[in-house]
Amino acid sequence: MLKINLSHFEAAFLFALFTSVVMGITSKKTDKERLHYGAYCFGYFLVALFAIGWLMRLGHG
Amino acid sequence: MAKTEAAAPPKNPTAPVNVWIGPVVAAWLIPGGGHFLQKRTGRGALILASVALMFLLGLAMRGTMYTPERGDLLTTLINYGGFLCNLCTGAFYILAKMFGYNVPDMAGDVHDYGTKFLVTAGLLNILAMVDAFEIASGKKD
Repeated sequence: MLKINLSHFEAAFLFALFTSVVMGITSKKTDKERLHYGAYCFGYFLVALFAIGWLMRLGHG
Repeated sequence: MAKTEAAAPPKNPTAPVNVWIGPVVAAWLIPGGGHFLQKRTGRGALILASVALMFLLGLAMRGTMYTPERGDLLTTLINYGGFLCNLCTGAFYILAKMFGYNVPDMAGDVHDYGTKFLVTAGLLNILAMVDAFEIASGKKD
């Protein structure tokens, strides 16, 4: 069976992408709202990813 | 003269079970299936693609499938919660078990991401099942 090794960034990016797509689809009532909410979630996932990544780097010294 | 008052209708009447049970079961068995059944093909396809890719990536990263094992409170909570989430991927879980997928819990970041991907695929499918229920009961388009 296929075995892959993703980096932290790749895994977190894909996690953010798939989660945002489903959250966008299931949370809002019109297609426009869904698209906006999906993009909004994805953007904030990435902001959190970089922010927490830097925090951990600075915390570890 | 006695007044007769009509009973006030309930504020949020729940749709009959036979209306939503089909889409919800279909959504559990095949992610996006509830949407396909209700002619929301585009949304169903996106849900199917997201859940399927997340699950397959979880398998490819050798994530662990939880089993309902008891231990202390936290262990029980994690094992039962993880098992329920894995189970919520429907056919993907059944097929993976049928083909003998069984990876023990081991240390490693990639493996750990795989476990989280497998659990999250189930959580996303729960969202899809709730959405299918809301569409079937007329609360949502």
